[in-house]
Amino acid sequence: MSTVAHDETAFVPPVEIEEVELYHPKTWLGKYVFSQDAKVIAIQYSVTAIGIGMVALVLSLVMRLQLGFPDTFSFIAPGAYLQAVTMHGMIMVIYLLTALFLGGFGNYLIPLMVGARDMVFPYVNMVSYWVYLLAVLILVASFFVPGGASGAGWTLYPPQAILAGTPGSDWGIIFMLVSLALFIVGFTMGGLNYVVTVLQARTRGMTLMRMPLTIWGIFMATVLALLAFPALLVSAIMMILDWSLGTSFFMPAIVSLGQQLEYEGGSPILFQHLFWFFGHPEVYIVALPAFGIVSDLISVHARKNIFGYRMMVWAIVAIAALSFVVWAHHMYVSGMNPYFGFFFATTTLIIAIPTALKVYNWVLTLWQGDIHLNVPMLFAIGFVFTFINGGLTGLFLGNVTVDLPLSDTYFVVAHFHMVMAVSPILVVFGAIYHWYPKITGRMLNDTIGKIHFWCTFVGTYAIYYPMHYLGFLGVPRRYFAMGATDFMPDSAQSLNASITVAALFVGVVQLLFIYNLFWSYFKGKKASGNPWNATTLEWQTPDTPPKHGNFGKELPLVYRWAYDYSVPGAKQDFIPQNVPPTSNERS
Amino acid sequence: MTITLLFMAGLMAVVVWWLVRQTIAARPWVAQGQQGATEDFSDSTLHQPVAKLGLYVFLAVVTSLFALFISAYVMRMKLGDWRPLPEPDLLWINTGALILSSIALQWARVSAHQEQADRMRVGLLAGGVFALAFMVGQLLAWQQLVDLGYFVNTNPANAFFYLITGLHGLHLLGGLVAWSRTTIKVFGGMEVADVRLSVELCAIYWHFLLLVWMILFGLMLST
Repeated sequence: MSTVAHDETAFVPPVEIEEVELYHPKTWLGKYVFSQDAKVIAIQYSVTAIGIGMVALVLSLVMRLQLGFPDTFSFIAPGAYLQAVTMHGMIMVIYLLTALFLGGFGNYLIPLMVGARDMVFPYVNMVSYWVYLLAVLILVASFFVPGGASGAGWTLYPPQAILAGTPGSDWGIIFMLVSLALFIVGFTMGGLNYVVTVLQARTRGMTLMRMPLTIWGIFMATVLALLAFPALLVSAIMMILDWSLGTSFFMPAIVSLGQQLEYEGGSPILFQHLFWFFGHPEVYIVALPAFGIVSDLISVHARKNIFGYRMMVWAIVAIAALSFVVWAHHMYVSGMNPYFGFFFATTTLIIAIPTALKVYNWVLTLWQGDIHLNVPMLFAIGFVFTFINGGLTGLFLGNVTVDLPLSDTYFVVAHFHMVMAVSPILVVFGAIYHWYPKITGRMLNDTIGKIHFWCTFVGTYAIYYPMHYLGFLGVPRRYFAMGATDFMPDSAQSLNASITVAALFVGVVQLLFIYNLFWSYFKGKKASGNPWNATTLEWQTPDTPPKHGNFGKELPLVYRWAYDYSVPGAKQDFIPQNVPPTSNERS
Repeated sequence: MTITLLFMAGLMAVVVWWLVRQTIAARPWVAQGQQGATEDFSDSTLHQPVAKLGLYVFLAVVTSLFALFISAYVMRMKLGDWRPLPEPDLLWINTGALILSSIALQWARVSAHQEQADRMRVGLLAGGVFALAFMVGQLLAWQQLVDLGYFVNTNPANAFFYLITGLHGLHLLGGLVAWSRTTIKVFGGMEVADVRLSVELCAIYWHFLLLVWMILFGLMLST
């Protein structure tokens, strides 16, 4: 470990990063609506994503009402139930989580955290949002077309997705596919920005290995998304052609409603391969930003440097690379060659190694830390618990022989909701509580925040823990009604009713969060520029909220990594990244 | 999916190799940056104009797209109902046009670097004209096949032919939009130095689409 002498007169090299030519709009419309400022675009992305996410939340409550109290609600028809299942899944995974993590947090945090004035292609960035909005509007429109939205399940498996009998097979499915295609186009525009900004627009001294883990997570997730989304685009285009021109990419010879259709020879399995080639990386597109953000939250609020920073970076890279070779573990029940199954089970279990490494490092960061149980920290610790739970059931399902009997049961629903629904959402909440002061200049209400956390955390466990048990009983997922069976005891229904009550409770509690967002915006406690005493650059801006251009006249110079907390010998328990080394600091 | 996997493995290998080279020796916990530690300020960014890097990243995305189409093609081909269609001879002429288009743009690119404004203009125009000729040729090839009764929905081989050539054409169309913006700038009297990068980006994109076309054409000829 070296010590660097501090000399006040030492020559500081000028910032030689090429200045991004900022477009300064004069009109209100250009400033707040058609804005090219990444921060405004981030807020537009976030508001749209949370808005459509609320729709998906309501859909999930519709499903739960039917499951908990069958034969009670006349407005939930079997078709409507399937449509709710489909739209809930698709919206939550793509239009909420992907858009919020990359479009929302990516846009806000990348330029600020790497010390850039804005994204490198601001205009393309703006178009990215408007294409995303268009995709969302088309998706919403699909509720209102004849036949309603698609009810094919979020995986949209052919042949049933476009055959008569499935809800939305006449128009809903096409609206869905077109909306997805647009989403991918919009995302690609944004994604180019995120990648190139991280590679090219970092301020002086911000080497790759000094970047906060948040940026690493978002960066690798964007790389994954750029490479994986084309698989969804390919399958969407081919399915649109099967539907509209009568090609047989995916459609086998089939008799539908007593009619021999004109399709012949197509392969539904081909669709499954393409879909999951996108679908599995998608899990990590959502998880990697969450990993990154949670690392920073834990480090800041435990006042300790992240344990094993380099390991954390390489784990993110390893997970990203491995995530491309595990897709067929979603297809164990498709009748694949047992050797394939063996291969994919092996790769799936290997990916648990870097993931477990990250979990250990989070826990070891907390170990002997000066833990401040602020609301963001509560959510971060909640994430670690939930992610371990969800991850461990993943080890069950990664094995072919265990997966086969459990695949179509609530065990799978419980697993993926723990690992890629509740976990990332907890991080989203934690991140919003953490960065809200920077975004608005005001703190979110602490008491409401704590109530929100405990109700959400305990509530989601009340929802998903019992589901594992239902899965072991063999209760099938996706069913509108269970009917009378021998293997399901009556208590399963009582359990379903209690899950529904918990789900309604958690759903209503989220209104508290929305209320907090609005209330605090006007009445919240004024925040200082750096309320959490954090080291990263976004907290060192001259203005809060930061103005267009982020850093005033000169870009910051970076002398250290993002994790100098509780450095022995330092005056404060944190040293911002742009503070030069001093002689009495033992590094 | 083997083809896509190989592509992904190659790409990931490059990413991992580059990152390891960037990060393996780093000691991020050491605060440095002033005297005697200037290497920390010799930033590790790639020394490329941002637009060029943006284009390369975009090309990686497009490669992923076409690799997946090729994967799907190969997987679908193995099923029983595949009846290959005869590729019209016109495609050879079209390929020639695309090669000429690429050469012309390369010439424009080199001329732009040598400050030869006139040659650059000629190269740029010729590149666009040949590319348009290619597009028209592709449409004529479609027409020929339709006349012969090879409709899009009669066989998966036909469907893939129209789909893949169509998508390749759409990408070229996008390129032509960028090309026309550049051409307008060039003939609107802009200095060579101001359009050099645009011309270069056009040329790179054209070479890429030529390569993609050759691979697709080879695939279709061989099956």
